[in-house]
Amino acid sequence: MAVYLLCLVLFSLGLYCILRKRNIIKIIVGVIIAEYAVNLFFILVAYRMKGRSPILSPDAEILNMVDPLPHALVLTAIVIGLATTALLVAIAMRIYEKYGTFDITKIRELRG
Amino acid sequence: MVELYILLIFMILGAIVAIEVKDLLSSVVAVGAVGLGLSIVFLVLKAPDVAITQLVVEILCLIILIRATLKRDLPFSTSGRWVFNTFVTVGFIALFLFAAMKCLKDLPEFGYPAMRVASTYLKEGLSKTGATNLVSSVILDYRAYDTLGEATILFTAVIGVLAVVRRIGRKRVEEKIKEEDE
Repeated sequence: MAVYLLCLVLFSLGLYCILRKRNIIKIIVGVIIAEYAVNLFFILVAYRMKGRSPILSPDAEILNMVDPLPHALVLTAIVIGLATTALLVAIAMRIYEKYGTFDITKIRELRG
Repeated sequence: MVELYILLIFMILGAIVAIEVKDLLSSVVAVGAVGLGLSIVFLVLKAPDVAITQLVVEILCLIILIRATLKRDLPFSTSGRWVFNTFVTVGFIALFLFAAMKCLKDLPEFGYPAMRVASTYLKEGLSKTGATNLVSSVILDYRAYDTLGEATILFTAVIGVLAVVRRIGRKRVEEKIKEEDE
């Protein structure tokens, strides 16, 4: 249970960074950290004590393998995370070119 | 399982450094340390496919972020309602943690998963799909539509990045607006 708690602490750090920071790059960093925490949580749920990785071999004990289903889900989630991060960074760079700053409060002041 | 705890604490410390350090490039490098630590955690938790993917994605992500932050450092503004903002944020996170703790009690204990679906995959995966790596048999056979949707999202995001980054179309629109104004 303590492992889940550490994972939750990591997610909370990402959430704090998203909600509190004003620099857009810091917000993207928070998104990335929260995403790591969620991926880690799925893999933690899948772990089995003294388990083997889910790759079959002739001397395999099938009962002792870890759960392959969350691994597959996380594999897709990681790649999607890269794509969304690239989109966020592209929008942030466009904002920097237009307003000359990464600070979200300054951007709001320049509106209109 | 001691190494798991050590790696998790290392990741949390790296995340704190990434959040609180003033320099943007240092922050991005700290995120890279967290991601590589996560890759090793995956390896410890017996998920080699995920660990390899995480390593590659982490390096690409770092390159993109460094490209965005290079030579664009700027001072942080500390004005504004500092106390109010921090109070609201911490209160929200406390609420989230309270709800999450209630949910954690219903989870199966760490190390003993409830493998209702996956036990079928483990038993019949080799005979039905012919793949010795069960993760790839799940990705490419049992849940192939999932992977199709992932590819759709990936290419949609690439189209979005190209639409945001490209300059030719945007300049023409601005010129037209200027001409109309004149």
